[in-house]
Amino acid sequence: MTAKVSVKSNVLDGLDPTAPLLEVDNLQVEFHTRDGVAKAVNGASFSVERSETLAVVGESGCGKSVTSQAIMGILESPPAKVAGGRVLFHGVDLLTLPKDTRRRTRANHVAMVFQDALSALNPVWTVGFQLSELFRQHRGMSKKDAMKRSLELLDLVKIPAAAQRIKEYPHQFSGGMRQRVMIAMALALDPDLLIADEPTTALDVTVQAQIMRLLKEIQVERQMGLILITHDLGVVADVADKISVMYAGRIVEQAEVHEIFARPAHPYTKALLKSIPRLDTKGQRLEIIKGLPPVLTNIPPGCAFAPRCTYVQDICRSQVPPLTVVASGRASACHFASEVINDV
Amino acid sequence: MSDTTELIRESTAPIAPRKPEKNRNLWSDAFHELRKRPVVIASSLIIVVLIFIAAFPGLFTSEDPEDCRLERFYGAPSGGHWFGFDQFGCDYFSMTMYGARPSIVVGLVGTTLIVIFGSVLGAVAGYYGGIWDTLVSRVIDVFNAIPFVLGAILILAIWRSAGDTVWPTILALSVFGWPFTARILRASFIEARNLDYVHAARSLGASDGRLMFRHIFPNAMAPMMSGVPLTIGALIEAEATLSFLGLGLKPPTVTWGSMISNNVDKVLSGHPLLLIAPALFLLAATMSFALLGDAIRDALDPKLR
Repeated sequence: MTAKVSVKSNVLDGLDPTAPLLEVDNLQVEFHTRDGVAKAVNGASFSVERSETLAVVGESGCGKSVTSQAIMGILESPPAKVAGGRVLFHGVDLLTLPKDTRRRTRANHVAMVFQDALSALNPVWTVGFQLSELFRQHRGMSKKDAMKRSLELLDLVKIPAAAQRIKEYPHQFSGGMRQRVMIAMALALDPDLLIADEPTTALDVTVQAQIMRLLKEIQVERQMGLILITHDLGVVADVADKISVMYAGRIVEQAEVHEIFARPAHPYTKALLKSIPRLDTKGQRLEIIKGLPPVLTNIPPGCAFAPRCTYVQDICRSQVPPLTVVASGRASACHFASEVINDV
Repeated sequence: MSDTTELIRESTAPIAPRKPEKNRNLWSDAFHELRKRPVVIASSLIIVVLIFIAAFPGLFTSEDPEDCRLERFYGAPSGGHWFGFDQFGCDYFSMTMYGARPSIVVGLVGTTLIVIFGSVLGAVAGYYGGIWDTLVSRVIDVFNAIPFVLGAILILAIWRSAGDTVWPTILALSVFGWPFTARILRASFIEARNLDYVHAARSLGASDGRLMFRHIFPNAMAPMMSGVPLTIGALIEAEATLSFLGLGLKPPTVTWGSMISNNVDKVLSGHPLLLIAPALFLLAATMSFALLGDAIRDALDPKLR
């Protein structure tokens, strides 16, 4: 592990191998819009270790994708602005790095897989060109060597007849195969951390399982850290180690994966779990979470989930519950976390 | 685990041998579309011939356009002198051939400059936005407010002593021609800069320059490409206009514009060919480029197929 870090010290200096692989500390991202300042991420904190999978779960607009873009440093700014917090990679704050150094950390240290591979691959270049470009640019390889490495990568992500398909354009691939190409590109430069932003949302269920399995296999093999961004608790159940649940720009609950499914400690997590269709509740009406998430330009004082919460009390409408440890290895941002956790 | 490995194996099982399929993309599709059209074939042919004439006028005529003998003034067309002679007894066909070069050079070189300059400024404005965009857009507005022939007249009137090269004309026309290209490219870049593949390439460590010219530009240049032949045609026309007004190239260099200008008044005195010959070549050149431009625009727009 130490060796791996030192190999790449040509990209980043001062890496501390003993520090966590990635530690996000009180990250805040604002969007300056015409309607005012939208606080898309409002103090998110979490960490990922090598060989560990963290799932960041939440509904649309809760800030999970913005968080991943802030970590990558690919936020469109303006309008977006990182208003505070730190993103520590082995102890080095990525947010304070000079622009060019930051650029070289991408793909070398932290890489990202996008949701829709068709739009995330450049339509005018062949798959082989886009892959080998990485080796030529970042590793200074010759065209021929770069193509050879690209072919090995396509084989790694199990693309059949890779030698032929390397010359094809993205639109000639099926959805699942395109996502494999995306993954191959993200893996090309041996990143230490892979962020997958809804990697399977655009795919059908069978292909989803294949892609998740592939990601998991590669992660285990390479001892990478993996952050899975998703809205689907079902997808992460058997691959994630830890789950962070996000709501309205905040982390509301953090726990080991099996714990969260067995005993959620936040009313939002609980409501989410109830709204997953299950075999043993067949024929019954599916539970829903009433109401809508708050508008990010106008987050109410107190707990953001209060208007939709079944446990709501007066204190929830005035005081923001801090993320506090409720049991070993798990935290919840709820005034009544202990009640929720024991109320099965 | 076993069931999921099964899943993967299923998907990666050897597939039936693929029939070698021709790789298709926007450009090859457009090319296939284009080469079927008679208009495209005809105008491309004319353009190729004109470019050949401009490059090697000596292949098309053995006469020297500067070999003028007053004794054959207004001579009628004959076997070796298809267009006859002008008022100074110069061979008019060879003048027409040698007159192609300035037109074509102004058209091609001017358009190249316009494309390079306009692309870079349009790309910077569209990609970076903010202050860069404001700056470039206002400059575009200023230049757009001046019709480009008028602007060129102004520059050439100041720069009259520049002598007998095509450069003053090319520069004068390019200076007022680039805003068109810049505007198109700026719009394409604004559209493209937030697309996923740009974010993806950035997340894989691509630099700004690389994003702009390797990733966005090839996707953004289609609307500009259809404008290229149109610009060439417009520049040839503008060069003729300037020469007609006496602001273009100076004698002894002949151009179609100055030939038209010198011989307008000969039509009524019974020598219409002296006007018609260069005018026809000018018309053929501008029209071929314009038609080709139209066809390319149609072919690059899948909705028009």
